[in-house]
Amino acid sequence: MTTGWPILSAIIFLPMLGALFILAIRGEDEIAIRNARYVALWTTIITFLLSLVIWIEFDSTTHVFQFEEKRDWLGASISYRLGVDGISMLFVILTTFLMPLCVLASWNAIQSRVKAYMIAFLVLETLMVGVFCAMDLVVFYLFFEGGLIPMFLIIGVWGGQRRVYASFKFFLYTLLGSVLMLLAIMAMYWEAGTTDIPALLAYQFPPGMQTWLWFAFLASFAVKMPMWPFHTWLPDAHVEAPTAGSVVLAAVLLKMGGYGFLRFSIPMFPLASEQFAPLIFLMSIIAITYTSLVALAQEDVKKLIAYSSVAHMGFVTMGLFTLTTQGLEGGIFQMLSHGIVSAALFLCVGVIYDRMHTRQIDAYGGLVNRMPLYAFCFMVFTMANVGLPGTSGFVGEFLTLVGAFRVNTWVAFFATSGVILSAAYALWLYRRVVFGQLEKPELKAITDLNTREIVVLMPLVVLTILFGIYPAPLLDVMSVSVDHLIKNYEAAIATAEQAKLALVH
Amino acid sequence: MYPTIVFLPLAGALIAGFFGRWLGARTSAVVTSTFLLLSAVLSWIAFFQVGIAGQDTRVELLQWVSSGDLQVSWALRIDTLTVVMLVVVNTISSLVHVYSIGYMSHDPHRPRFFAYLSLFTFAMLMLVTSDNFLQMFFGWEGVGLMSYLLIGFWYHKPEANAAAIKAFLVNRVGDFGFALGIFAIFYIFGAIQFDTVFAAAPDQVGKTFTFLSWDLDVLTTICLLLFMGAMGKSAQFLLHTWLPDAMEGPTPVSALIHAATMVTAGVFMVARLSPLFEFSPTALGVVTFVGATTAFFAATVGLVQNDIKRVVAYSTCSQLGYMFVALGVGAYGVGIFHLFTHAFFKALLFLGSGSVIHAMDDEQDMRNMGGLCKMLPYTWIVMLIGTLALTGFPLTAGYFSKDAIIESAFAAHSGVGLYAFILTVMAALLTSFYSWRLMFMTFHGTSRASAETLNKAHESPLVMMVPLVILAIGSLGAGFLFKGMFIGEGYSDFWRSALFTLPSNHILEAMHHVPAAVVAAPFVMMASGFVLAWMFYLVIPKAPENLADAFRPLYLFLLNKWYFDELYDALFTKPAHRIGRVLWKKGDGAIIDGIGPDGVAARVIDVTRGMIRLQSGYVYHYAFAMLIGVALLITYFMFAGGAAS
Repeated sequence: MTTGWPILSAIIFLPMLGALFILAIRGEDEIAIRNARYVALWTTIITFLLSLVIWIEFDSTTHVFQFEEKRDWLGASISYRLGVDGISMLFVILTTFLMPLCVLASWNAIQSRVKAYMIAFLVLETLMVGVFCAMDLVVFYLFFEGGLIPMFLIIGVWGGQRRVYASFKFFLYTLLGSVLMLLAIMAMYWEAGTTDIPALLAYQFPPGMQTWLWFAFLASFAVKMPMWPFHTWLPDAHVEAPTAGSVVLAAVLLKMGGYGFLRFSIPMFPLASEQFAPLIFLMSIIAITYTSLVALAQEDVKKLIAYSSVAHMGFVTMGLFTLTTQGLEGGIFQMLSHGIVSAALFLCVGVIYDRMHTRQIDAYGGLVNRMPLYAFCFMVFTMANVGLPGTSGFVGEFLTLVGAFRVNTWVAFFATSGVILSAAYALWLYRRVVFGQLEKPELKAITDLNTREIVVLMPLVVLTILFGIYPAPLLDVMSVSVDHLIKNYEAAIATAEQAKLALVH
Repeated sequence: MYPTIVFLPLAGALIAGFFGRWLGARTSAVVTSTFLLLSAVLSWIAFFQVGIAGQDTRVELLQWVSSGDLQVSWALRIDTLTVVMLVVVNTISSLVHVYSIGYMSHDPHRPRFFAYLSLFTFAMLMLVTSDNFLQMFFGWEGVGLMSYLLIGFWYHKPEANAAAIKAFLVNRVGDFGFALGIFAIFYIFGAIQFDTVFAAAPDQVGKTFTFLSWDLDVLTTICLLLFMGAMGKSAQFLLHTWLPDAMEGPTPVSALIHAATMVTAGVFMVARLSPLFEFSPTALGVVTFVGATTAFFAATVGLVQNDIKRVVAYSTCSQLGYMFVALGVGAYGVGIFHLFTHAFFKALLFLGSGSVIHAMDDEQDMRNMGGLCKMLPYTWIVMLIGTLALTGFPLTAGYFSKDAIIESAFAAHSGVGLYAFILTVMAALLTSFYSWRLMFMTFHGTSRASAETLNKAHESPLVMMVPLVILAIGSLGAGFLFKGMFIGEGYSDFWRSALFTLPSNHILEAMHHVPAAVVAAPFVMMASGFVLAWMFYLVIPKAPENLADAFRPLYLFLLNKWYFDELYDALFTKPAHRIGRVLWKKGDGAIIDGIGPDGVAARVIDVTRGMIRLQSGYVYHYAFAMLIGVALLITYFMFAGGAAS
């Protein structure tokens, strides 16, 4: 399915082009700012429409990488190579789909340095899409780490009061993880002689080396995901980030950790993955129960949702390392669904933050009296967050748990207890913010969603329910690639078993 | 036709929910009610087509989850059990819709109310028509959501909000078991379609699998996990605490959801899964035990409650226990029969109570009522019929179904059966007592209401009375008319494969051969309860007070519902919040951050104190330096690596 022209490069660099365009806009007056906003909006919309082409043209009957592009870059062994398969393609769509919403959500919320802000977002989009399309480790690493910079700036420049601390923490954590990953990448290059991902997927690393590489990658992905106990940067980053920053952070950046597991850890180091799956399970169920309980105690809306994100990512990591069809597909689905739902929840917080400029739960109450439409949207996303059947949140959670039950019933047992805890913190949040009497004088004049906010939230409402009732469009795309992943993994395990047996005899 | 029955309520809900603001309250109410009435008429047609003519069928709607060997579709399974539930749900729901037009006439949020009612009905219909466990779970959680929204319908009331959350959470505890049960079924059977699982169930008898750290019997474990869900939804002992609080919702909601339909979902589930439960005597024993305990426990609490709706709520809880007793001894038809008759008279009692509350200006405390039979003669008559049916007065609906349960418990000839027999007979006495207590305190004696309220007290409008009359007819005739089909000579023709019993299960036969004393027991109890209540509340009105004073601790124990709320609060709610706080402040704050980033940061800051002043430039430089560094490093290693090898 290779189309003649480099569509992936086009999707990746179109936002960059938009950024250059904004850079060329002169002045800081109203008109310049307005132009910057419109350029950003149209760039992201066109990028999204363009990315839909790869979904339409995508051949879901094969696991091979599609829309491939390859150019020599650094010598013969490091090349600029792009491609997508059933696992990565949907993340590209998720990213491009959310960006126009992010631009719209920042329309009035951002009033200072608008041009720089829009440039940062467009550059961020380029880097994020690049991560999911990269088919060379070095290219992947550059995109993966490069994404830190615009995000760091978005939090640090347009963030809340403690933005410096938060961005510092964010940077420190992720950098530490990625240094180890960089070492691992170099070691892999020394060992295999290439950084080409398809070649590395076929290469068998020696068992001892797999362990070290696996842990080096884990350091990076566990921070990104984030997995317990490397999660404490996330609540701070979310709280300080502007709304759209939180959206991108929760919806896309976190998914890079999960994507990394799928693309590198599991297929390239299958023996280590099998050996250390119990460690992942332990970290996952602690993430689910621990952070759900912590979420219950939060007083800040954004912090609560941030902690709930950590819990939901626990389902993802648990599902992925079950190495069952349901667990893997559920994990991927959960990531996509969380991309929609957490984005929507942060947008919902943004709506009331724009009006009241506080994130304290205590400051709200009784919003339904003046904001029925908002209450409706927030209810849909709250229910998706607690995994109610009929919403997209359920499908992923259910599949990962089915997978977990096949592998280890204790894991499934503790993870399932998350359904009680998630209901507790989510409903309690909703009750304190939306229900009750509208008593606080400063809330008396609060207004319901305006047209722009409706345009932002409605697509998310529709998708949340649609994918809950009919998840096939997503599941069908990934199934062949997931099967292939499992087949290779099982073959690698079987080979290793045979080698062990041969050694004994 | 079947998709129409199921989706008409959804259509009504969407119209009222999204366009109610423009259509107006009146139109929303009429549209949803008309759709529901249509659905109800079609359901009765279906009842005769399937129940009498035997046209079972399956309607496939849409693929749902497809992942590897897990294949689930949205589909409607139509057999006798389904159509019985269709009839119950749609009949009661349509009557409640019509009744609500009158009852809610002063509420400003009527479109939302009717949208919720219809959406609830849709979820309930998806539940009863499900042909696999996942769709059942969808309906199950869907009715849970609607129950949550309807209990909290008056969202400005803090108690209503608290009750709504409590209902959702307690149900989620049950669903925790239900979900694990579904996982276990998929693990064992490799499918979650009912037909596939039922067909494979006999092969699993006596087999074990490792669940958690123990080797457990496959079918018993699965059945008990699923039953945990049923206990939550049907408010059985230990998971019952949400049901009385749910009375914070509007009264029509209590009638529809918390009496006639949703709370019977657990009963429906066990009956639907009779091909699994029938192979696990242990699980059935647990069902009987829990049911009998609930029947007795809830009846004792019902004795002393003063809120008219709470009395009926505990009565519902107790009657659900009766149904589980029947299921547990293998008399599935009897359990469903009681579900069927109970739907009529309990909905009647709730809507009748609603009529009283409506007339009394939202007064719910029976201590402020009394002597209302003159002001509300029609309400009094229908309430009387409901009470007779509930207490099992001969030839009323409850007489046939409830007595059959007590007989079947005795006929089981097992230890747990005897336990259930004794408790259900005692509960029959208590039922009769609290029911007549309700009647006497509300309608008879001298009035304790303020003169102002009494002057305004008025009989409900026609739109509320007609549903009451229809339900009263049902409460009188449903038992007599349908006894033959449900539990009598027509049993096997009527149910066919919808209910499964082993060849060794002779409970229906044995019921007819119980001693005369057993047959007479419920009647004696009913009569004694009536006499006692009459003595206590009409002849010697001082007696209850004196009794309460004499047995103060027992009275308080009952009044406080056996202190379950306090116990759970101390055991779960408070500790969860406390642990959450500790994990946040100590775990995340002190330990992880203290050792991790903050600790490291503190050291770094010590060293680079001077650099910090150059903040903004530093950020850019640092970031770009890193990127350039990466490129240089890789280039270096590539060439060095190339040279070395």
